[in-house]
Amino acid sequence: MPSEPTPAPDEQSVGPSDDSESESEPETEADGGRAAELQAHTIRLELVDEPGQLLAALTPIADNGANLLSIFHERGSLTPRGRIPVEVDIECPPDRFDDILADLRERGVNVIQADAEEYGDEVTVVLVGHLVDTDLSDTLKRMQDRSEASVADIDLSAPAGAGSEAHSSARLRLRARAGEIAGVVEAVREVAAEKDIRVIAPLGGQP
Amino acid sequence: MRLAVLGAGAVGRSVAELASEYGHEVTALSDSSSAAVDADGVDVEAALTRKEAGEPLGGAAPGDALAAEYDALVEATPTTLGDAEPGYSHVRTALERDRHVVLANKGPVAERYADVRGLEADSDGEVYFEATVGGAIPVCATVDDLGARHVSAVRGVLNGTANFVLSRMAAEGLDYDHVLAEAQDLGVAEADPSFDVEGTDAALKCVIVANVLREADCDSVAQLRERAVTLADAEVAGIRDVPGSALELAAEDGRTVRLVGEATREGVRVGPRLVPENGTLAVTGTRNIVEIDHEYAGGLAISGRGAGGEETASAVLADVARLE
Repeated sequence: MPSEPTPAPDEQSVGPSDDSESESEPETEADGGRAAELQAHTIRLELVDEPGQLLAALTPIADNGANLLSIFHERGSLTPRGRIPVEVDIECPPDRFDDILADLRERGVNVIQADAEEYGDEVTVVLVGHLVDTDLSDTLKRMQDRSEASVADIDLSAPAGAGSEAHSSARLRLRARAGEIAGVVEAVREVAAEKDIRVIAPLGGQP
Repeated sequence: MRLAVLGAGAVGRSVAELASEYGHEVTALSDSSSAAVDADGVDVEAALTRKEAGEPLGGAAPGDALAAEYDALVEATPTTLGDAEPGYSHVRTALERDRHVVLANKGPVAERYADVRGLEADSDGEVYFEATVGGAIPVCATVDDLGARHVSAVRGVLNGTANFVLSRMAAEGLDYDHVLAEAQDLGVAEADPSFDVEGTDAALKCVIVANVLREADCDSVAQLRERAVTLADAEVAGIRDVPGSALELAAEDGRTVRLVGEATREGVRVGPRLVPENGTLAVTGTRNIVEIDHEYAGGLAISGRGAGGEETASAVLADVARLE
């Protein structure tokens, strides 16, 4: 039996380290112990800039018996949807993690990413055509409206001093909810076709 | 095996020249105006020397090659669209005589896949067409070995001319017209490059692969007739209007543009695509590459020469070996 006192829950180390075995649970020698099962997770959220939002995001974590390890609240920067990105490190038993994510969503908190699993996707496309003459900002607006994606980034290359004959190109980085990339690309193609613009998109499954 | 080789272009010529090295005998060799036919074996070198000198290959008419004694017909006449004639009739004649057919001509299997399989079903002869997709790259054989039923998609860079143009544009910052002229000087692009740069050639190859994938789900030729695709079913875009600025913008982001063809059970799509600059599909020059998505094997990639007389002849002769 180890002689050290049991660490307080909020001081437990991150990860499935052997140190977190509890002396009151001899079966933790094997893989089955409760304390040893605690797993660390990183959740990325985006919050609306309103009072009480951070608390709304943290309550489900506490309610489900998870330990909060750290919060990185990036108040200075905004996500493409104009919200505040927050990164939360927690540890909890494996069977509670999905409940936490479900509770967060139930409270209207947008989970962008849970561990390696991203709930937001990006896609880069290149547009080719008479981009300026066909009102690029209107094109982008229509693309955003129809696809529910947001334009994260744009680079335009218009031929210098060229007449209206020469085509210009634009590289567009679009952000959308996970699993919606294919739909976003289709929407972009539709809008582009209306203005006789060519779309060079990646293959399915590639960013 | 005794081979009748129809077509004396780069591929037909190479097949005839390499046949003896592979242990075969050429009993007929024809081009569009004449044929050399000899049941004891055509003197290939002499026939090709005559052709180079502007004379007929031999004293026979082109049709005599089709009627000659052979075990396998090598159909290497130029690809035609629509009814795929006269290639399709050549295939039919050989199969009706219970002879095997090896195709280098894409037309019959891209435009009339189910018809070809229907003729094959009534014949003792078999049809192979490895050379029609990806030149030297064993695409059909690999899909077949892996089990087409478990292959969900085949995609790749399948046209050397288009790839040469795009990779030169990206590397040198040159525009399309400039690079195309250079490619024509080098003999990489033909005087009329539309078949290559408009994506038609890549689309035909993808249509053939899509047919192979769809065939795996069919129990009968009748079912295949309903499911087979043709060029008309493919969504095709070329590279003619891809400006240098698009390649520059792609490069700034670690990407490049390639003319990529995709064949799945849902259909065929060919067009310029953004690919990672150092990714599998970003082959340079005239090189081709094919990626195969397999249910259990995951992703596989085979790269190689997608055109050229000897390269494509190697695929034809590999098919002939499958018949033995």
